[in-house]
Amino acid sequence: MDSAQAYGYMLYFVSLMTMGGIYAIMCLGLNIQWGFTGLFNAGIAGFFAIGAYVTAILTTAASTSHLGGYDLPVALGLISAMAVTAVIAWLVGLLCIRLRSDYLAIATIGIGEIFRLILKNEIWATNGARGIAKIPLPFENLSEPWNKIGFMMLVLVIVAVFYFLIEKVRLAPWGRLMTAIRENEYSARAAGKNVERVRIEAFVCGSVLMGLAGGLTAHYIKFIGPGATEPLTTTFLVWVMLIAGGSGNNRGAILGAFLLWTIWSFTEVLTGRLPAELAVKAAYFRIFLIGLLLQIVLQRYAGGILPERRPSLNIKA
Amino acid sequence: MDFINFYLIPGLVLGSIYALGAIGVSLVFGILRFANFAHGELMLIGAYITYSLMQFTGLHPLIVLPIAMLFTSLVAVGIDHTFYKPFRASKSTIVIVASFGIALMARSAVQIIWGVDTFSYSSGRIQMPMILFDTLRLSHKHVWIVCCSVALMTVIHLILTRTRTGKAMRAMSDSAELARLTGIKTENVVKATWVLGASLATAAGVFLGWDSHLHSMMGFYMLLPMFAAAILGGIGQPYGAMVGGLVVGLAEELSAYPWIGDSPLLSPAYKAGVAFALMIIMLIWRPSGLFKGRVF
Amino acid sequence: MPVLSIENLSGGYGEADILHGISLEIDAGEIVVVIGPNGAGKSTAMKAVFGLLRLSGGSVHLAGEEITNMDPAEVVNKGVCYVPQTNNVFPTLTVHENLEMGAYIRKDDFRPRLEEIYEMFPPLAEKKRQAAGELSGGQRQMVAMGKALMLEPTLLMLDEPTAGLSPIYRNEIFQIVRQINDSGVPILMVEQNAKQSLAVASRGYVLVDGQNRTTGKGTDLLNDPEIAKMFLGG
Repeated sequence: MDSAQAYGYMLYFVSLMTMGGIYAIMCLGLNIQWGFTGLFNAGIAGFFAIGAYVTAILTTAASTSHLGGYDLPVALGLISAMAVTAVIAWLVGLLCIRLRSDYLAIATIGIGEIFRLILKNEIWATNGARGIAKIPLPFENLSEPWNKIGFMMLVLVIVAVFYFLIEKVRLAPWGRLMTAIRENEYSARAAGKNVERVRIEAFVCGSVLMGLAGGLTAHYIKFIGPGATEPLTTTFLVWVMLIAGGSGNNRGAILGAFLLWTIWSFTEVLTGRLPAELAVKAAYFRIFLIGLLLQIVLQRYAGGILPERRPSLNIKA
Repeated sequence: MDFINFYLIPGLVLGSIYALGAIGVSLVFGILRFANFAHGELMLIGAYITYSLMQFTGLHPLIVLPIAMLFTSLVAVGIDHTFYKPFRASKSTIVIVASFGIALMARSAVQIIWGVDTFSYSSGRIQMPMILFDTLRLSHKHVWIVCCSVALMTVIHLILTRTRTGKAMRAMSDSAELARLTGIKTENVVKATWVLGASLATAAGVFLGWDSHLHSMMGFYMLLPMFAAAILGGIGQPYGAMVGGLVVGLAEELSAYPWIGDSPLLSPAYKAGVAFALMIIMLIWRPSGLFKGRVF
Repeated sequence: MPVLSIENLSGGYGEADILHGISLEIDAGEIVVVIGPNGAGKSTAMKAVFGLLRLSGGSVHLAGEEITNMDPAEVVNKGVCYVPQTNNVFPTLTVHENLEMGAYIRKDDFRPRLEEIYEMFPPLAEKKRQAAGELSGGQRQMVAMGKALMLEPTLLMLDEPTAGLSPIYRNEIFQIVRQINDSGVPILMVEQNAKQSLAVASRGYVLVDGQNRTTGKGTDLLNDPEIAKMFLGG
């Protein structure tokens, strides 16, 4: 292997870690909602899109085709993305949190689609199908490869921070309450717990992470458009990642994200080498395979690679 | 007159299509107890199989429709046996996730086999609509669609009320446990449910494709309106689904009518959102639907 | 040979056992009543016969043939009909359709049997086309029992048939139970209403905490002061 090839592989590895990390953030979010609290959120792509567009609008330069010109630094953009997602998730939660899982799934997918419709059609704000481009990327002024490595480190640090935060929550009373509600709502209510409030809190926290992931993606790709947040792939991939990695387990969530993203990306590279007509069909074949993988995991390894560990009764520091 | 020709009639046509799909969704929801996220793809498969049968035989889609129904039913029963049956005793959330995956698998299979171009049933001839009373324009295919839909719904009604299997389906929808205790072979009822649901979905897909065109995302675009219609009518209430379908279809088309002033009440781009909004309102305000279906 | 024999049965729904080695028998022509305090496991015992329980030990025999853990649909095929306490009719189906469903596994013409059932339960004949869910509690119970009888069972199991019914309907149900038994069907009945049920019973079993406590002839148990203590006026 010559140094050019090695360099290429390293860059590819950095991209894997970056995107994998972004998906890990989403998986951690879904883990709070589904893994801990049993909330079936099928509208992941909607919150992802909101986060992406908010930071895009706030950090890009003024433009005649969309809202912009606030020129905020990326950090503020991301924080705002999280804040806006939090508010919207809270409103959605108020509306939907009492729905049973089948109905919550349908409602969230519907809400996700409404968000996408709005983002696509309010062209004055979002430039519709053409999307928002030239989104600033942190570290982009550094020379290669440090710009890419810098962003990757940023993503990985964010993953680590949230991992530790959520692990602490999991073992704390609030986190245990979420699982108690998931297991036996009736008893939790009888014990006087405000079930709806905890569920909404879990929903909001999870959605905030999804919005953050959307924001990070917008900066990474430097572009956001309705197609870039293709709902089925985003939502579906995150679900498969969490189920395969281990729902209810934060490490499982992260593992599932990196593992499946690598498979997803790798198969894209492989099929990219096929002749043109086959390459197009191969894209659909990859989705077919991920779908099949999900069925196999659900039937054989329902707990995932790293199944849920229940916190022991004596809490260690 | 514009109202009737360009809003009311398309609303009825779309409503009939939604109704046919929603009946299947409602039956599956009521008997198998889960929201089948792959139901739109049954429509997709049915429509594309019809297309190929048409290409193969040169016959009109309505004529090959029964054969397509048979094939789609086989596919549906096969999918159920391989991917849903293992979860009969599990929480419904697992099988919903599985059905989400099946939807993507089915869609990609269609994309691999037929590709992502749009197709059309008609060979390009434009048929002149019939003009009645000097102002009412009825296109032949709209008449066919609505009449065939009514015919199919009547057949469903007869099956559910006059046949042993149909009654067993209603019984199982009421209480699967009591059905088992009564000696009803629940797996046979399940198969019958899939056959009915898939056949109706095939018809809905063909009518939709006939009215517009075929493309690989049409299943997904139909899914939420069908869920909305089924929820509106009440889960497990096939007659409710018929009404629900019409309501959703009419609401969608009529939302673009300039009720107040000159411009459409709702921008046509948001038409798709009407079904979603209706559904969410129903879920929050009255989850049992207009006809007191089951609330899970 | 007893029609039904339960030997040392243990089991439950989840991980904990509710039944701890109960035994009971019912012979041809008998009405056997199972009574006991709430949570004694009476209904659970019935469900165990019907394959609806996780069993951890013991066996169930029907006329000598082992039916332990058999699927409910199979047990029905063997001629055992079970009327659960709740959810015992199909509410959106009409009375007539409910009875038709009762005869689902019959391959012959069951219309004569339908007539017989309507004769046994005259109020139902007037409400043939009404949805079963709209009927009163007592009438619903009649539909449930009529449905079970459509198969001309060799054993009828009733779980608290008079629960929640008004005194008039209660008496009627006990009358009907006697009537059915007179026509040759042995009946196993779980009841809270100890007094009235023991009065029609050939024999009774008292279950407490998932175990056998006493057994004896219906009349003997009725007059037993300890039983009277357990079910004050019950």
